[in-house]
Amino acid sequence: MKSPPDGRFPPRLAAGGCAPLLAQSRGGFESLWVLQDENGRCITKLENMGFRVGQGLIERFTKDTARFKDELDIMKFICKDFWTTVFKKQIDNLRTNHQGIYVLQDNKFRLLTQMSAGKQYLEHASKYLAFTCGLIRGGLSNLGIKSIVTAEVSSMPACKFQVMIQKL
Amino acid sequence: MSRQANRGTESKKMSSELFTLTYGALVTQLCKDYENDEDVNKQLDKMGYNIGVRLIEDFLARSNVGRCHDFRETADVIAKVAFKMYLGITPSITNWSPAGDEFSLILENNPLVDFVELPDNHSSLIYSNLLCGVLRGALEMIRKLRYAANA
Repeated sequence: MKSPPDGRFPPRLAAGGCAPLLAQSRGGFESLWVLQDENGRCITKLENMGFRVGQGLIERFTKDTARFKDELDIMKFICKDFWTTVFKKQIDNLRTNHQGIYVLQDNKFRLLTQMSAGKQYLEHASKYLAFTCGLIRGGLSNLGIKSIVTAEVSSMPACKFQVMIQKL
Repeated sequence: MSRQANRGTESKKMSSELFTLTYGALVTQLCKDYENDEDVNKQLDKMGYNIGVRLIEDFLARSNVGRCHDFRETADVIAKVAFKMYLGITPSITNWSPAGDEFSLILENNPLVDFVELPDNHSSLIYSNLLCGVLRGALEMIRKLRYAANA
């Protein structure tokens, strides 16, 4: 279930260090694309940016780590070390059907915690998740895994990222 | 979750790399969207402005600095407190104008430009222009507050 987002609202995302600057810069460029009113394109662009960043980040991050045993090992790495580095917490719940589909659940997703927890901004949440979807997809891509990553928010600030591994 | 001795600095470093990479992706996307560097510079400034008008609240809430009595004090707070808090660097303040209303901030280790090389066809791109916008937005908000207090 994906509702098309529209409209605009300024996010106030603040946490320690340069995280607020980073998060607020996302708020900055969301207002940039609001003029275009092509929200699908906006989401795609954000996702692509996340992809590039994810690729670079995973390279820097894994250059000293041991080789991963298998796909599940990689997903666990994403849920624990990668998520902790980027969001200062781990993924709360990882589920898989052992056939290439993984669901990563974050009950307090850092980019959504500063927004009202009601239904008010639910439809806009996907904009804030697009970059992170790309981040996961890019990270996996440079670990040799091709995937499709989508996200859904059922109740703020919890969200789920669904990773579908593409067998080449 | 085991705690390793170097975890703290490692995660701080990674966090700044995430920031640097994201900024790079942002500028790259802007260069793709706008054909010329001037427009990109303008957009970066605009985005920075939007960030600055909100960042100032966060800064004032977290830093506990009192009112600045003059522009020199403002410059000091910007360089030594604000930049340190958000970017982990302390730029140097130089180039004061004779009237004391203009100064330059020199950033020796700008975290935004780690790993970045500008190709020749983007010679007029001001890569870190977002920072200019942030300063502009943040200071504009303070000036407004000052006026409100005086009135």
